[in-house]
Amino acid sequence: MATELIGGIELEVDEEGFMTDPSQWNEELAPALGKEIGIDELTDEHWKVIRFLRSDFEAQGETATLRRVSTLAGVPTKDLYKLFPKKPAKKMSYVSGLQKPTGCV
Amino acid sequence: MPKFDDDGGDRKLCIIVSKGTMEWSTAAMVLGNAAIGEGIELHVFFTFWGLDAIVDRRMDKLKISPVANPSMKIPGTDIGMANMLAGLPGMTAFASNMMAKEMKALDVPPHREFMQMVHDSGAHFWACRLTYDMLKLTPEDLWDGVEDVISASDFMELSEGAQIIFI
Repeated sequence: MATELIGGIELEVDEEGFMTDPSQWNEELAPALGKEIGIDELTDEHWKVIRFLRSDFEAQGETATLRRVSTLAGVPTKDLYKLFPKKPAKKMSYVSGLQKPTGCV
Repeated sequence: MPKFDDDGGDRKLCIIVSKGTMEWSTAAMVLGNAAIGEGIELHVFFTFWGLDAIVDRRMDKLKISPVANPSMKIPGTDIGMANMLAGLPGMTAFASNMMAKEMKALDVPPHREFMQMVHDSGAHFWACRLTYDMLKLTPEDLWDGVEDVISASDFMELSEGAQIIFI
């Protein structure tokens, strides 16, 4: 298992760099993860998505898709693409310390 | 860290949608949605029967027909439907409702909502000029997410360097 030192923590990551142990994540870590992928500042809107993803993961055991975030957290699709440009599903998962979503939609 | 390749994101995909049935319009949107979620520039070109999927008054009523569709089985079984039965009145509506229900259970949005979602993600939707004329459509007929009605040559220019999926 590969590890990566981010935010002062030796994180367990998969071959793509996504964290494999969600319990290693905490809210202090998110800004450091964001910086890794070019999101310099996490706004309240980012946090709304991140907190939804974390609580939804706890309840469902898997990472929510964009569709799920837009319908259940009430963040419009357009905004998700602005907050996490180009690859919103992967970027929001990464910052939230979760695997990328497995669902198709 | 994951390679998000923001700078190298020059991939482009064109999906040609030639069928307006529920299953194929769904297939187009699932692939399109996946593409655009990966940062791929996406153009969807609707032609022939695919135009039904962008005619505003029809797009909420797309159907799937069990006629001449031997691969269509009742989900979870090997039971298909003979053409004689499949052609009975109401069977297309029955099959369509069933598929809509199965898709909803998988959280796949209904067609219009799905189109809006992919549009909001930055996709471009185009209608084919020749078939639009042939089917006697007018600008008012089209869903407002369609950017323009374009010719085959326009599409060739648009799709330069793109990967193309024909549905």
